[in-house]
Amino acid sequence: MARITYVEFNGTEHVVDVANGMTVMEGARDNGIPGIEADCGGACACSTCHVYVDSAWVEKLPARDAMEEDMLDFAYEPDAERSRLTCQIKVSDDLDGLKVFMPEKQI
Amino acid sequence: MAGIVVVGAGQAGAALVAKLRALGHDGPLTLIGAEPVPPYQRPPLSKAYLLGEMDMERLFLRPESYYTEQGITLITDAAVTALDPARRQIRMGDQTLDYEQLALTTGAIPRRLPAAMGGDLAGVHTVRTLADVDRMAPEFVAGRRMVVIGGGYIGLEAAAVGAKRGLAVTVIEAAPRILQRVAAAETSDYMRQLHAGQGVTLLEGTPLERLEGRDGRDIAAHLADGRVIAADFVVCGIGITPDDALAQAAGLTIDNGIATNAQGRTSDPHVWAAGDCASFPWRGEQMRLESVQNAIDQAECVAANMLGADQPYDPVPWFWSDQYDMKLQIAGLGTGHDRVIVRESGSARSHWYFGGGTFLAVDAMNDPRAFMLGKRLLTQRRSPDPARLADPAVDLKDLLR
Repeated sequence: MARITYVEFNGTEHVVDVANGMTVMEGARDNGIPGIEADCGGACACSTCHVYVDSAWVEKLPARDAMEEDMLDFAYEPDAERSRLTCQIKVSDDLDGLKVFMPEKQI
Repeated sequence: MAGIVVVGAGQAGAALVAKLRALGHDGPLTLIGAEPVPPYQRPPLSKAYLLGEMDMERLFLRPESYYTEQGITLITDAAVTALDPARRQIRMGDQTLDYEQLALTTGAIPRRLPAAMGGDLAGVHTVRTLADVDRMAPEFVAGRRMVVIGGGYIGLEAAAVGAKRGLAVTVIEAAPRILQRVAAAETSDYMRQLHAGQGVTLLEGTPLERLEGRDGRDIAAHLADGRVIAADFVVCGIGITPDDALAQAAGLTIDNGIATNAQGRTSDPHVWAAGDCASFPWRGEQMRLESVQNAIDQAECVAANMLGADQPYDPVPWFWSDQYDMKLQIAGLGTGHDRVIVRESGSARSHWYFGGGTFLAVDAMNDPRAFMLGKRLLTQRRSPDPARLADPAVDLKDLLR
């Protein structure tokens, strides 16, 4: 399990515990946290679950694969270092303390 | 307790109630579904869920607790038997429920083969609900023979799961080519090669005459050309029809599904419709889209309009399909195209549809950049230069400039 902080674009923080094996996207969805839409349900097909990862966490997360990289390239205001698709980040104990920031909008 | 009632708890119904709450509607809100589970995602049913790679709870669009927390009365496993627009009332058996406004998000029903063609034989499956797929999943055992009727997306996704699981798979398509209704010949060719490379037998231009049950579960598929294919089970992917029976019986206008105006309102001012069951005026016709994108976007538009926004629904359609390790993403609608530009670089491939010089749609195969760019161009109503598009040396991002 990992305690994850989701920060809405307006600054509202949501701190929730997410079970191992879930994705960071599912953690937001299942806790009703707005700002992550995930229209495709986690198939890496829509890029509407984009976040900016806290700088301290960029290196600690598993790297983006080519598909995620390409989708992010055309997301709304992507950041070369910090942008991630939350449907592609699997939760484990190692992610305890993760903090992610929502963009102003998805796509 | 009147208020807003939503009939149909699929992707559109779930999106609609969530949007109503997100927009601040705090009145009574009821969501009624025919299935015994909360609203869930259907796309993984023919993909990851059928492959056994995804648990049922992960399919749920929201945890059950969401509906309670949001003050949404979720009624599952319930059949709405009648709609009385004059009284603003629906009936569920002996029970009645009043509404101020009603939204119909009843979805669609998979077409079945007629019984005379063997459609009611044991071992003949359709792919729409969790129950359909739970019933079918035990059939997917290595070495068994599977016949898929219909080479559309659902049929091809089921075929891909079968092939991945080591089944002997035959796809039968009546039209001259697979995906004929929805894609250009270039995309059909690509998908044909993909499946052939995985050992799937594709029989195109081959209508089915009938299925015949033989000793126990063995099924013989008799083809119009006289051939007979033996199968342990059959999956039908021959399209869906909008579930408009309730609306029709209530006297609402039906035209390619439940007819709505641009705002999603049906012929009754207090009744709205969205998703697979609903048609809307778009580019000169009464259009109906069968996709997650449409279910979400039209439902959200209707939610806003139920609260008085008066917005027309003007979608940028998009769609995806996962087969083997190939991801197909589509932006736009290719209907009416007269030209297809093929762009290829490495394993990424995209087919760009043009009609009268206007960019209409893109099919992107393992090419998310092409999909994302195409979607953005469609949103901005821009057409890229075909010559530059066809040149793999031109970066896709440069086409936005």
